[in-house]
Amino acid sequence: MKVTGAQALFKSLEGEGVDIVFGIPGGAILPAYDPLLDSTVRHVLTRHEQGAGHAAEGYAWATGKVGVCIATSGPGGCNLVTALADAKMDSVPIVAITGQVPTPVVGNDAFQEADITGITMPVTKHNFLVKHPGEVAETIREAFHIARTGRPGPVLVDLPKDVLISEDVWKWPEHVDLPGYKPTTKGNQRQIREAAKLIMRAKEPVLYVGGGVIKAEATKELFKLATECELPVVTTLMARGAFPDSHELCFGMPGMHGCYTAVTALQKADLLVALGSRFDDRVTGKLDAFAPNAKVIHVDIDPAEIGKNRLADVPIVGDCRDVIGRLAAELAKLQEEAGGVPDRTAWLGRLKGWREEFPYRYDQPDDGPLKPQFAIERLYEHAKDAIVVSGVGQHQMWASQFWRFEEPRTWINSGGLGTMGFAVPAALGAKAGQPKKQVVAIDGDGCFQMTAQELATSSTENIPFVTAIINNAHLGMVRQWQELFYNERYSQVYLSYDVPDYVKLAEAYGAVGLRAEHPDEVDAVIEKALSIEDRSVVIDFRVDSKEMCFPMVPAGSSNDDIILGPEGLKPVTDPAEAPVA
Amino acid sequence: MSLHTISVLVEDKPGVLTRVAGLFAARGYNIDSLAVGPTEEGGLSRMTIVVNVESKPLEQVTKQLNKLVNVIKILELEPGEAVERELVLVKVRAEGESRARVMEICDVFRVRILDVTHRTLTIEATGTPEKIEALLELLADFGIVELARTGRIALARGDRGIRERVLGRAKAAGAEDLPEWTGGGV
Repeated sequence: MKVTGAQALFKSLEGEGVDIVFGIPGGAILPAYDPLLDSTVRHVLTRHEQGAGHAAEGYAWATGKVGVCIATSGPGGCNLVTALADAKMDSVPIVAITGQVPTPVVGNDAFQEADITGITMPVTKHNFLVKHPGEVAETIREAFHIARTGRPGPVLVDLPKDVLISEDVWKWPEHVDLPGYKPTTKGNQRQIREAAKLIMRAKEPVLYVGGGVIKAEATKELFKLATECELPVVTTLMARGAFPDSHELCFGMPGMHGCYTAVTALQKADLLVALGSRFDDRVTGKLDAFAPNAKVIHVDIDPAEIGKNRLADVPIVGDCRDVIGRLAAELAKLQEEAGGVPDRTAWLGRLKGWREEFPYRYDQPDDGPLKPQFAIERLYEHAKDAIVVSGVGQHQMWASQFWRFEEPRTWINSGGLGTMGFAVPAALGAKAGQPKKQVVAIDGDGCFQMTAQELATSSTENIPFVTAIINNAHLGMVRQWQELFYNERYSQVYLSYDVPDYVKLAEAYGAVGLRAEHPDEVDAVIEKALSIEDRSVVIDFRVDSKEMCFPMVPAGSSNDDIILGPEGLKPVTDPAEAPVA
Repeated sequence: MSLHTISVLVEDKPGVLTRVAGLFAARGYNIDSLAVGPTEEGGLSRMTIVVNVESKPLEQVTKQLNKLVNVIKILELEPGEAVERELVLVKVRAEGESRARVMEICDVFRVRILDVTHRTLTIEATGTPEKIEALLELLADFGIVELARTGRIALARGDRGIRERVLGRAKAAGAEDLPEWTGGGV
């Protein structure tokens, strides 16, 4: 049977089990949009390609499956770049399909031509330029394989128009053979045994859990390891929900705006068991001063992460699910031989003491102004089972601090790249992937305006979710840095509370717009928002613009110098001394 | 900083050179020399890369190189454990009495003269990087009009090919199946 490249594309997507794609058609990708009409694949027409990219990411975060986005050549592909870079940094499995100008004019500055494989080389896990229609199926197969296996990531497939139009024999490859791509998934047993011995000897160990645990679907194994061996857990921004926040062994999120207990637990530990985490600068603070007394066991599927920032005493290359499972079994054996779990009551006692003494805190005066943390806490109380999606900045940190996560894949955000504008399109993708779940985007007013157009997609495609704008009329995190480190010289951070009018904007997009300006109004507005199931809702929470995000470890400082609240600040009078972002 | 020679076995596909070079460029490392050519196996090319960098950042680059889907294998060739050669074509001024002296140097270095004009000699020289440097230093006295170098190529000593070798670091990273680990890809 002969098929066109375009038909082969959709047969291949169907073969990979794709049920939904996010995209925008255009000149070079036009031939692909015709067989789409006969395909089982649903296409969601976003309003911007960046939205399609983040929606594919949100879908992948929420489901664990590969998200797919489609764009045309030139500007279409270029608009995907931010989403691809975001997916690369956060190891999100997505496949991007782009149209390309016909092969005879590639490299000819043809209309809407961009060298998209060249442009996206550093921000994809891999990319392909397909030259013949007979290679479409094989390439799509390889793209999905690369995206979802090993350390997941974005893969781009560029399809010239003539390749989409011309025909070749349809053949679906039975298996993928990539001689240069064979990720190690099985950890070395000898190393796992070494790790277990080290944990048995440790007096003050911490499980430093990263996003890799969720990517590897290893949360059950983690729970077994932590609970049966009584090991305290901290979950990074990427790993919120990997271990239940309600569990007594959970000591919160470490990092620049993490809680005192998690930051200090890592800092004082004698053993860090890094599981799918990467010693990111937002977690370590000043690297030289990070966890000075700790030995390190580092488990990661990416060998390049091991030893990159911190030397590992016991490096283990492998899939977290495999390694954590076997590590737990090995430890159980050693504990049985030793007659029980090593006595670490002193350490656990200290951690629990800190947790009592230094919780996240804020003060909500009865008569206002409305505090952002209060709005988020109330939202949590009403929507505990929701999937939460956030943008980047203060609201993101508050959401991560004040929401209590119990399950994996209920927290979606832009971690590594820090992409403002992530939330709305990612929420769209998450809801498309998990239609039965409530999806709540907690967004900043700055972030929201970068991608708000996808509310139109939400309305026309009937993919409803709630967006809570933490509207402080500013680029809040930048404002906070200018207040703390630039002598309160505010430069280009004011956005305005009421331009645009978010309620009217929501209505213009076919969504419901609500507003809360006073603490008394918050509950009623949230209840109203959550009662609406057939349309998207935007809540404009007008919050105190002066509220700052604490605790804080200023960039470049040691985690020992964590600042718990505004009273702990030392004035910086010389902006030259401001920390480097 | 020190010079390192890395041998990289790659799939012969468009863009592979850019991917490899891009990893060095993205970290601001300058490639001293780069030689690419087909190998004994169809569809595979070998790149010999000489780079001036500290060992620690080099380890990060080789790990990142290993992750490239089109990279089959990487081997760092330690000096003394590899044979290294470079070929250079050099056009040198050789008029009057200097002509005899240039030809004398060619004789001592056992290099060939490929082209003769009234004013210049074009010389082909092959040898270790040290020999090439020594030759060029001597010829510089007469005036080098232009020169072209292939860049260093190298093979490990001994009877095994690159595919049968593993990076020592792979062991340190604790991979279960060493040859597969060095097969790369994450």
